[in-house]
Order: sequence, then C-alpha cells, then structure tokens
Amino acid sequence: MNSTADLDIMTARELTRIVLAKEKLFILDVRNESDFSDWKIEGESIDIINIPYFNLLDGVDEALEQIPEGTQLLVVCAKEGSSKFVAEQIAEAGRTNVHYLEGGMKAWSEHLEPVKIGELHHGGALYQFVRIGKGCLSYMVVSSGEAAVIDTLRMTDVFEQFAKEHGAQIKHTLDTHLHADHISGGRTLAVRTGATYWLPPKDADEVTFDYEKLEEGHDISVGTTTIRIQPIYSPGHTIGSTSFIIDDQYLLTGDILFIESIGRPDLAGKAEDWVEDLRNTLYNRYQVLSPDLIVLPAHFGKVTELGDDGRVMAKLADLYHNNPGLNIKQEDEFRRVITENLPPQPNAYQEIRQTNMGKITPSVEEQRDMEMGPNRCAVHDK
Amino acid sequence: MKTDIVVDTKGLACPMPIVKAKKALNGLEPGQVMEVHSTDKGSVSDFQAWVKQTNHELVKHEEDNGVYKFFVKKV
Repeated sequence: MNSTADLDIMTARELTRIVLAKEKLFILDVRNESDFSDWKIEGESIDIINIPYFNLLDGVDEALEQIPEGTQLLVVCAKEGSSKFVAEQIAEAGRTNVHYLEGGMKAWSEHLEPVKIGELHHGGALYQFVRIGKGCLSYMVVSSGEAAVIDTLRMTDVFEQFAKEHGAQIKHTLDTHLHADHISGGRTLAVRTGATYWLPPKDADEVTFDYEKLEEGHDISVGTTTIRIQPIYSPGHTIGSTSFIIDDQYLLTGDILFIESIGRPDLAGKAEDWVEDLRNTLYNRYQVLSPDLIVLPAHFGKVTELGDDGRVMAKLADLYHNNPGLNIKQEDEFRRVITENLPPQPNAYQEIRQTNMGKITPSVEEQRDMEMGPNRCAVHDK
Repeated sequence: MKTDIVVDTKGLACPMPIVKAKKALNGLEPGQVMEVHSTDKGSVSDFQAWVKQTNHELVKHEEDNGVYKFFVKKV
C-alpha cells in the first residue's frame, strides 16, 4: 500500500498565511453538519464543502465528485484523526496536492498571528495578535524593555515568547472587560511573569482573586517613555467595559465597537438593561474623542474586517461614516436593532464567565472545548 | 437494557469509534441492540448525527464517569 501517496500536513500557521494572502484553497470539512454550520474556516479565496467523515468510511467517491482536480485541497476535522483518514483515501485515489490540518479545528481556534500595528511616538511599538480562527484580538505595547498585554488570550506562552524576543518584560496585563466568549489569559500571564493584572471593578464584583482596579483617569505607564494607557469607562457590552487610549493614537474599544459592527449588550445581563449604556458610549463618549484615533477592537466577526497582513484597524472618523451601528439616528430604532438582532450566544459562555471570575478551574482540555466556535460578540446589523 | 453486542472504543479517537461501531452494526440482525463505549467527548454529537443518518435508532446515550455509552437499535 502506498500509504503516504501525495499527502502533506498543513499547520494552522500555513493556513493563516493562505487566508491572508488570499491564495486559492479548496477545503473538505468532514465534521458533522451542525458543527460545520456553527463555525468553519473562512477566507475570501476559500471554497469549502462539508461531508461528514462517517459518510466516507467505505469510500470517498462522494467527495471526489465534488473536489475540483488540480486545486490545493485541505481536509479538516475537529482534532485531526478523521481528516487524516479521509485525506489518505483521497490521495490514494490518485489526487495530488492533498493536505490535512494539523490539530484540526482545535489548532485553528488556538493559532495567534502577531502583526505590527505601528510605532509609538517616544519609541516602542504596538502589536496586534490575531486569533484568526475564532476572531479574537489581543494587543501588546512594547516600550523600553517593558510590555503591557491587553485582552490576553488563553495561549499565554505566545505572549511570553513574543516579549522575550523583543527584549521586554511584561509588567501589566489588562482586560477591557470580563470576557464571555473566550478564557482570559490575563491572570495566568500576570502570575507567570510577575506582572500586575488589571480589571474594571464593575465587572469584577464576583472575582475570587486579587487584581488592580482600572479606573477612569488613572494612567498606566509602560517603559520609561511617556506611553500612557488611559482607561475610559465605556459600558454597554458589560457594565464595566473600559476602553484604552494608547499614545494618543490608538483607541482600544474592547467589545464595544468593532470595524463593521458593534458589541452585543446581553452576555452578562439583559440587552434591555444595557442598551442605553451602549448607545451613550457609542454616540456620546466616543464622539468627543479625536476622530483621528485608530480603533483597535477585541474581535472581528467577518474575514472582510481583516486588512493588510491580517490587521484589524480603522480610523474612528471612518467608522462614524461606515459602521452601520454608529449610524442609527433614533434611540428607539437603536434599541430595536440591538435587541432584535442578537445572534446565538457563544459556546459555553456562562462557564467561560465563571472561569474568568476564578470560580471554576477547568482543565486545559475542557477550556479548549469551551472555546470551540465563533466569538459571537457582535450584534449583526445586516 | 439488554444489549446484543458491546463495542469498546475507550481510548480511541475519531474516526475509530464510529468505524468500529459501523462494523459491529453490520453484523447485527434488525431489532438487535448495540452498546458502544467511548471516551471521546467529540464522539457524542458525531454519534447522534451518524445514527440519525443511517436511520437506525439511538435508543439512549449516557455518561458514566467520563465514559459515553450509546445504545443503538438496528432497524
């Protein structure tokens, strides 16, 4: 048996490069139909079909009929085993350029791609970490041998390694709010590096650990230069949601304002209760800020929000023109749009919130399972 | 519940639990019941989708100390 035929492994990093470069790729996703319709790999140049692996146990003819010859093929499943099983049969059937995704959708969900956003006025730089599979974004400010990480994701080793490579010591980890769609790595990273962990006090009523309070007007310095992180209380997605202005250039909006949409107000309470706060933040508090600020959110919802090299960023002034969520004139219309367009809640969001409060301590494997699926933090306005 | 065959797939990852279950099911007569044990959490929704599609009957499924048990009646 020619067991290796023309079969290669593709890593999540290689797949990320393909998505960002808009290279052509045909994906056969062999997970079950409901998992596929819930969450899948997306990209502007990607064609994807779904045939569950249990339909391909006796032969892959059904798949071969639908896979165009001559294109690069990637077979994907939840963890890897089934995609390898199917990909082997496809390669043995004589197809070339056949791959399977190393680690499956779990690895895809965990991959972080660091991109540089820009330089800071007094030296140093701001980096964005794009969790492309799930649509989460973290940030690192690096200046004069010190670093601060904002909305740290669970994969803390990536941040430790990155800081090390840039000769910086992580001094602060900050969360814009208590996350409901993913498990924060902020506390773990702070413990590992001796950094201070900052949270908005209004989101932290029930947390079981010590933290520093993010309060309006309280600056946090990073490095010896005058980089200041100014927290702005900006409730709406959660009651305590806080935005940061870094170096007078960048506005980190957390889950309040995204590039093509706005945050949902219901994951930690009721939409009706917080819709007013959300409107006030978007239509009053952000309005008085400099329109030249570059908005950097904690999520993206669609691949169209990914810019050059995967960066997710836009000028505040442009968002006031283009983002539908910032262009709803009447307050009651806004209330209606927000409360009637809420997507399903993220997978295991209650357990994720409990984990982020320190109330439960799931194993790494359980944390992975809790985080499966898309982030679903935005209100879909179309 | 009376079962006609027990398929142990504990410790096996996808696609093996369903590969083994399918093979065992092929050897059963209509009306007989197969019991499958798996430790693969991901197999729960796959099993449900698979049985539904094959038109056999998933009589019940339960978890017992990290072991998922599926009872499938051949139609």
